[in-house]
This record gives sequence, C-alpha cells and structure tokens, in this order.
Amino acid sequence: MNDKNLALNIGVVGFLALLFFLVSDYHDGIIARILILAIFAMGYNLLFGYTGLLSLGHAMFFATGMYGYGLSVELWKFSAFEGLLFALVISFLFSMSIGVLTLRTKGVAFMIVTLMFSQVFYLVVLLFGEHTGGDEGFVISTHGRTLFGLNFVDPTSKYFASLFLFAVVLLGLTLFVRTRTGKCLVAIRENEERAKMLGYDVWVHKFIAIIISGVICGLAGASYTLIFGYAGAAFAEVHYSILPLLWVLLGGAGTLIGPLVGTVFAFYLIDISSGYTSAYLLIVGLVIVLLTLFAPQGLAGELKRRMAHWLQ
Amino acid sequence: MAPISHLSTKGLSKNFGGIQAIRNVDFDISKGQIRALIGPNGAGKSTFVGMISGRIPPTTGEIYFADQNITSLPAHKRICLGIAYTFQITSVFSKLTVHENVALAVRRNRQLKPNDVLEQVSSILDKVGLLDRANSEVRELSYGHQRLLEIAMGLGQEPSLFILDEPTQGLAESEVLEFITILKSMAGLTTILLIEHNMDVVMATAEFITVMNFGEILAEGTPDQIRLNEEVQLAYLGKT
Amino acid sequence: MEFGPYLIIALFEGALTSAVIALTAVGLSVVFGLMRVVNVAHGEFFMLGAVFTWFITWNLGLNPTVGFITALLLVPLAVGSLATLADRLILNRLDYDPERTIVATIGLLYLIQQSTLMSYGPDARPVEPPFNHRIALPWIELGESGWQIYWPWGFGITTYKLAVILAAIVLLWILLRLLARTKYGLLIRATQQDSEMALAFGIPVSRVYAIVFGIGGGLAALGAVLIVPIRQAHYLMGGEPLLLSFIVVIVGGLGSIPGTILAAILIGMSDGLISVFFSPTLAKIVATLLVVFVLIFRPNGLFGKNQQ
Repeated sequence: MNDKNLALNIGVVGFLALLFFLVSDYHDGIIARILILAIFAMGYNLLFGYTGLLSLGHAMFFATGMYGYGLSVELWKFSAFEGLLFALVISFLFSMSIGVLTLRTKGVAFMIVTLMFSQVFYLVVLLFGEHTGGDEGFVISTHGRTLFGLNFVDPTSKYFASLFLFAVVLLGLTLFVRTRTGKCLVAIRENEERAKMLGYDVWVHKFIAIIISGVICGLAGASYTLIFGYAGAAFAEVHYSILPLLWVLLGGAGTLIGPLVGTVFAFYLIDISSGYTSAYLLIVGLVIVLLTLFAPQGLAGELKRRMAHWLQ
Repeated sequence: MAPISHLSTKGLSKNFGGIQAIRNVDFDISKGQIRALIGPNGAGKSTFVGMISGRIPPTTGEIYFADQNITSLPAHKRICLGIAYTFQITSVFSKLTVHENVALAVRRNRQLKPNDVLEQVSSILDKVGLLDRANSEVRELSYGHQRLLEIAMGLGQEPSLFILDEPTQGLAESEVLEFITILKSMAGLTTILLIEHNMDVVMATAEFITVMNFGEILAEGTPDQIRLNEEVQLAYLGKT
Repeated sequence: MEFGPYLIIALFEGALTSAVIALTAVGLSVVFGLMRVVNVAHGEFFMLGAVFTWFITWNLGLNPTVGFITALLLVPLAVGSLATLADRLILNRLDYDPERTIVATIGLLYLIQQSTLMSYGPDARPVEPPFNHRIALPWIELGESGWQIYWPWGFGITTYKLAVILAAIVLLWILLRLLARTKYGLLIRATQQDSEMALAFGIPVSRVYAIVFGIGGGLAALGAVLIVPIRQAHYLMGGEPLLLSFIVVIVGGLGSIPGTILAAILIGMSDGLISVFFSPTLAKIVATLLVVFVLIFRPNGLFGKNQQ
C-alpha cells in the first residue's frame, strides 16, 4: 500500500515534465516558481503537518537560504555551486540554533516565539541595508545564475531545474516519512505524552524535524535566488511565514502531495484575483477563514478522508 | 537466599504544594513477580507508579531498576531500559490505525526489520483478539477494545517490568477473563506491577500484594495474608 | 534644548504611548485571560477604531468637538459589536482551539485590513482634535545669579495629549473596578477560573465569551479613538499596536491585567527613551529579542506567577 504513494508521486513528477510542453511560456514561468515555493511548503509541512509544530516564522528559514546564497555569491564571489553549499550549511546551523531555543516552548508560545525570531531576522536584513539592499533587494549577476553549464535565464533550464529540485525533495520526503523517525513524528503530533511513554525521545525528534524542515526551506530560498536571480527583504516578512501555512492548510497538512496542491491553488487564485483588485489579500484572508472553519484537512486531506486512505 | 530485586524505591516522597501525596515509601519487587498494588481512591497509587515510570518527578527518595539508579533519568530513557506503562485514562493514537499503534511500540527496537515488525504486531494483536481490527482507526474502536489495545502496546514494547494502571476498568466480563489469561501467560518472564480495583483480578493473578493508604504502605503479603489482615479490611473496606 | 527638558519630553511622550498601549493591550489580555486564545486580528480592531473615527468626524458634518465625542461613544460600541460577531461566526465554531484560532484570526486580519483598503483607500487621513492648547513649561537652571526659572523654546506639552493620558488612567481604573466589583465581573472571573464548572452553575459561558471578545475589540478601538487626532488613520496602522500589545501582554504575564498595565508603562516609557537614543530598527530588534527571551526563559512573564 505504500507503493501507491511512491507511484503517485513519480506520476506527478512525470506529468509536470510533460506539462512544460503543453502550456504557454507564461504558465511555464509561473509553474517553475510554484515548484520552488512548493519545496518551501513541503519543508513547512514536515514540521506543521507531520510533527504538529505550528511555526509562524518560517520566512526566516527561506530567507536564510536566500541571503546565504545571494550574499555569498555577490559579496564574496562564490561560484553558484559553492554558494548553494554555503546556503545549506548556514541553513543547517541556523535551524539548529532556532531549534534549541524555540523547543523550550510549546503551543501558543512556540508560535509567538517563531514569529518574533522571524521578525528580528527581517529587521536585521533592513538594518544591514547597505549589503542586503533592504526592501529593494538585489539582483544576482550572471555567474550566480549558472550551474553545471545551465544558465537560468533560459525558461527551459528554469523549469527543469525547479522540477528536478522539487522531485528530489518530494521523493526524499516520501521515503523519509516511512522511516522509524518519520513515523515517530506523526506519533508526536497525535499524542506527545504517549510517544514519550513508548520510549521515544520527543525532544530529539522535534529537533530533527526542525532541522530537516529548516534546511528544506533554506534550499527553497537558495534555489529561488539561483533560478530567478533575485533576493529581497519581502521574502523575510511575516507575510512569507503565513503563506506556507496557507498553502499547506489548503492542500492538506500531513500529506506528501498537499503542499504542491495548495501552492498551485493559492498561486492561481491570487494570480487571477489580482487581475481584478489590488486587495487580493482579501481573498487570501477569506480562504484562510473558510478553510479553518469548514475544511481543516485541506484538499488532499479531504480526499484522503473520503476515498484514498492510503495517501501519505 | 533473597530473590533478585528488580525494582526498588528508597524513601520515595512526593509533595504537591503543601500536601504530602507519597510519604517515604520503601518498595521492592523481585524479578518475574506479579505484584498487585491496591488501596482506596486517593491513596497515591497512580502518583507512586507515575514516579517509577518517570512521568512525575519525586520530591525526595531514590528509584533503582535492574541495579541502576534511575531517579534522574527522563521517562523515555526508563522505557528504553525495559519499563512499560499503560495509562489509567486510555491514551492511544486515536487517529492512527490499530496496527500502527502497536507498531509504534514494537518499532522502538532498532534491530527489527519492517517485516519482523509486521509479524510481531500481528502476533500481539492476535493474542489480545484485535487482529481483525488491525486496519481500523483507533477512534472507531469500542472503549474496551481501546483498553486492550493499550495493553497490546505494552506487550509490543517487550518490557521486563510492565506497569498497568487499572487495566480492567471498563472492560466487559469476558474481556477481563481474557486479560487474566494474557497476564498469566507473561508470568515468570516479565515483572508485573498491577494497580487494580477489581479484587477478582487481583486474587486470580497476584503472587504478592502491596496495600497503600494515605501515601504510605499499609501492609504487604501474599493474597491470603492480605485477605486476613484486619488493618487492611479497616482501611480498604471501611469495616468497623 | 538641553538634556533635562529633552528627557521630560521623552518621558511625557512615553507616558502617552503607555496610555494607549495599556488600553489596547488590556483588550488583548482580557481575551487571552478568559479564553486562552491569541487574537492576531486585535490590531485591526484598533485600526477600525481609527478609521471609523475619521468617518464620523469628517462625514457627518458635525463640528470637531461634537464629532469627536460622538466617535468616542459610538466607535468602541461599533467595533465591539463587530468583534462579537466575529466571535459568534468564527471563534465559537472553532471551539476556541488555540492554534486554529490563531490561523483563523490571521485570516480575519487580512479580511479587515483589505476591506478597509478597498473602501477607505490607501491614504493616511488626519482627524482634528477636539481641543488642543499648548502649555509651555518652565525649567530651572543654575545661572550666574543663582537658580533661575526660564522658558526653553519648544519645551511644552499639548492639552490634548495630557487629556489622553488622564482619560486612559480613568478608563483603566473603571475597568478594573468593573471586573472586581460587579456581577458581570464576577461572571467573567468565575468563567476564567473553570469554564466547565461555570457552565454547570448556569453561567452562559458562550455568551460571556462573546461579550468579552467584544470588550477586547472595543478597548482596542477606544485606544485608537484617543490616539487618532495625534497620529493619522491608515489601513496598515494595526501592525504596530498588535506587536506592542503582544509584547506587553507577554512581559506582563499572559492574562494578568495588572501585569499588563504595569508592562505597558514599562514598555511605553522605555520605547520613548530607547527611540531617542537608538536607531528605531535597532530599538525594535532589541525589544523583540528581549520579549522572545522572556517567553523562552520566563514563560509566565516578568510579573506572572508560576503556575503549578
């Protein structure tokens, strides 16, 4: 029954590869962006959907990857590959420290503490505006957008690089949630006290979840900068901590495919509605309220409940 | 020669605010024994086993398990040493399947391969009579079945000391008999500490009984000795 | 101007900030104290208070004083009713689950903020204060001929700001009395102690929740009505009072009203002082980190009692 999930996820990746040739250039560009942001959502989902830890500050992990890559490539002239590696190492160290500090709190306090750390991160980006460019941000020069001979100014490279990264994370997580550790995270989400009394070290498992989640979100931030050539403080704002929550809630928390479904849905919802009104966040707000009221399981979650119990 | 002590406490006490819930308890179980812990409501039984399993930190005193001082070990490490604990108020993973609940208990043993886990879970579910419900979500189960599942999870941990806090509460009579069978099948291999109100279960299973009252040990002895102990009758049955 | 008068002005501005934060934060605090939920949309109730005040004073053709008094009476009621409605329609249906409530109130935040953007627009608009006189203040200095009083240029306060501070003190005092002495206060305190018990004793818990959520929103709006003649009304103005209220409620110990008021004074005063001496961004970083570490290492707040 597990292999249905693997087959489904491989099928989704295959379909996305085909889709490139079926839709217009405009949509190719949007989908590439969605795939990178879906990596962000998947990272968030590991912590929120699987472990049950609701963070309101994941923008800081995305932005760590983004600035880790952007600054190292622009200021210190790292190559794209070195920059990517550097961003991942920084993300790892950063999520470790955030994990040690925030895991002293629980529930509502955890939400507020993550929110505030992220706010501090954002303010620090503004404080060092002469390097980070503040709200305006900065554009990545050519050497930072070329990796393994691929230049990401080209739409085809953009699309398939995004798809490749997406596929790696999706399949990696598909395998991870089946491991003993992955299943323990679900147990912690469902009943922390019981998990502890079965002999699982709850703290260590939460810590692992924060680190993996933080590194995946850092990867998303770094690859966003690599592939789309831009870094800016807007990605560190509260707004970008709320978005992954929205995507995951929409798509279905604690399902592998949910983050993608939610990101696609929200992105096109905003894309279409911003054609009508500048207050498109109104729709975001409305959707969040309606979701928490009527479909707390999200789209994939509802599907799982109604017909496909095997969905992981 | 005295039997080998498996678990013991020395001067164990617990204060909640100004109230002394447990007073200076020295307690000892030998390996492989089935011990019943009885006493009126509020005698401190659950607090006492809570301190043994690591859920409640003691105020003073020490706990030894398999010759090791475990007083300062966190709960999950004690579980890894071989203590299992079933909750008085049913505590299971209600949104996961019956199979996954037991598998979580079995899987903590890192040496097991996925197929071994599957096999072991099935054999445990068969033992407690829940095999046909393996793929149901736990919240669809009746209360009695959830209690049995809790015991199954304890079995899945393959403990050397199994603490059961009122396991038969809310079970139907046939299920109680089943439970007694399971318990007896473990005799000699596993040390069992059983908090129980149902005296039939106690008399049918326990080799030795400890009676607690007002946070202290009131009496200890074989079932026959306890039955005849006047002090126990006074405290426990309220007889004059 | 010399340091002395400068400090006095900073302290006075600090007292003004304290007064407004205290009103707003107490609103957040009563809600948390009773229902154990965090209302992320609280700052939007503040913003609505300011925008409604602008609407009443500019669109009803009243003179500034009458308009302002009308706003003072009507706006908290209007915003409070909206909050009560939100409680009935959303929070009550979520069973006040802490995490889902936070998510839902984030949605509510966007809903209120963006509807304001659509109807009221992106501009900041001023509201005229009902009265506004300047009181110049004297200062004493050791001159050549001994101590002498003189009037430094620009050293003074306005009567309106002074009135806001006094009004906040009176309002908070009334609120504390109401909670401590009246039947409604008793109902609220009983429900806070043990909501199941309260229900068993026939207290309409769900109605108490709705009313308290309304009071919370109304207090935020009240703070905004008082401050809007000094600052302008803008659809994004809810962010800062939310953050400050958060900080104050946490530092004061979640749910403790006297603690909240004390913390509001502390934070308001130091905000006035810190921003005189540091860059505002750095000041915000320091203040936010301070609060984070309070939450991590003293989860019950600086003045909170340890539970259990």
